[in-house]
Amino acid sequence: MILTRAFWQPHRLIMALVVLAIVVWCALSLRWDWVPKYAPMAALGLWRTLWILALSIVFGLALAIPLGLAQAAGPWFLAWPARAFCSVIRGTPLLLQLWLLYYGLGSLFPQIPWIRQSEFWPILRQAWPYGLLALTLSFAGYEGEVLRGAFKGVAKGQLEAAKAMGMPRFTTLRRIWLPQALHRVLPTLGGETVLQLKATPLVATITVVDIYAVASRVRQDTFLTYEPLLLLAVIYMAITAVIVLIFRWFETRRPVKVA
Amino acid sequence: MSGLIAATATLELLQLEPPGWGAPLLRGLVSSVMIALGAYALGLALGMCGAFAKLYGGPVARDLAAIYTTVVRAVPELVLILILFYAGTDAVNQLLLSLGYDRIQISGVAAGIGVLGVVQGAYATEVLRGAIQAVPAGQIEAARAMGMPPGLIARRVTLPLMLPNALPGLGNLWLNATKDTALLAVVGFAELTQTTRQAAGATKAYFTFFMAAGALYLAMSLLSGWGFARLERRARRGQPELRS
Repeated sequence: MILTRAFWQPHRLIMALVVLAIVVWCALSLRWDWVPKYAPMAALGLWRTLWILALSIVFGLALAIPLGLAQAAGPWFLAWPARAFCSVIRGTPLLLQLWLLYYGLGSLFPQIPWIRQSEFWPILRQAWPYGLLALTLSFAGYEGEVLRGAFKGVAKGQLEAAKAMGMPRFTTLRRIWLPQALHRVLPTLGGETVLQLKATPLVATITVVDIYAVASRVRQDTFLTYEPLLLLAVIYMAITAVIVLIFRWFETRRPVKVA
Repeated sequence: MSGLIAATATLELLQLEPPGWGAPLLRGLVSSVMIALGAYALGLALGMCGAFAKLYGGPVARDLAAIYTTVVRAVPELVLILILFYAGTDAVNQLLLSLGYDRIQISGVAAGIGVLGVVQGAYATEVLRGAIQAVPAGQIEAARAMGMPPGLIARRVTLPLMLPNALPGLGNLWLNATKDTALLAVVGFAELTQTTRQAAGATKAYFTFFMAAGALYLAMSLLSGWGFARLERRARRGQPELRS
């Protein structure tokens, strides 16, 4: 964003000064001496937040494509479960899903001998697979609904043309249907990614040490109420800004027909 | 499979009488619904102010509304809840002390409604702004030309005409309000999710209780989905059918 003269109207200058004054006041009168001590931990937490976000979006989208396709064009025995899955995911709080998976599966798995003996057990004993699974399923549920609309929105003539050319059904999906559906989803995907980012701190409630958990830890150690939370809010705003910028760049690369 | 059998064996834990946890769960549901209703009402009021500020306000009101919606929508609800929960109770107590009253303990319900209402308000602002913008400008101009005062225009023209456009978004917001109440579990407030965790932790019947709570949330969401669909049909009466 380029700040032009039109942006710097007099009232905005005053507001900027007020914001600057608040920032200076925060920097001077609040305690920030804990920052260097916790910086390495915070970096690790930030990294964990980011990869949980990235993986849950990639896996979630991969799962959402069949979910959307089944609802848009599948036979009833595929469409019905897919719709039920999306309704359940969208109708219940993510925190509840997360705790169901973590406490429920986490209490069930140790009772099953072959899981305990398998080589995945050291991974399944940790908390992050459950967090990642819950976030992935949630993203798949929301995106599946979005993709259902996108698949339905692709013009019939395109699919009929592909059929008339003798294209096999899977090739039609890969070359015609899916690209056009994803093309339609792209503008909403940025917003959904931000929403997903805002859902990631929930994994801190099941002992995954993400950036939010680091802030909670600082609050417990130092008995400071506001400083870690304010810094945390600023960090999340910065990540959101980066996500928005990335998706804006994507959209400029998206070919749009101008009449 | 053994888990399923164990889960069905624990179904009697859901009974209403004291050995079962049915009554606390229902109490949790009631407080969840109450907070959601309060937060939704507060959010709608804030959203209405925000939307009118963004569309018709002066430059300062516009920018303040923009900052409000941007910040609230960029920071996770969980963090906002913590900040507003502590800052809000602190601010109220400071105000009371400076006015010469004693400190008060702010109830969890009031704090929850306040915090979630502020979050809802930011989203409601955007929904209502979009809906108001979709009202044909000629209608509002005609009302102005007839000499209607602004309040009357809002009540008789803008609001009824924007309602069908706003209802789908408002329905989603209501669902978000019911689901966001679960976040109050993190600050230890005894709404449905928190009660469920306590019950599950006490009885070790995790699947039973989380599934039961999920069913309650799902029933609430299906019911309100149906309700909002009816409302929208009513708000759209007289308009040509939309092809879906």
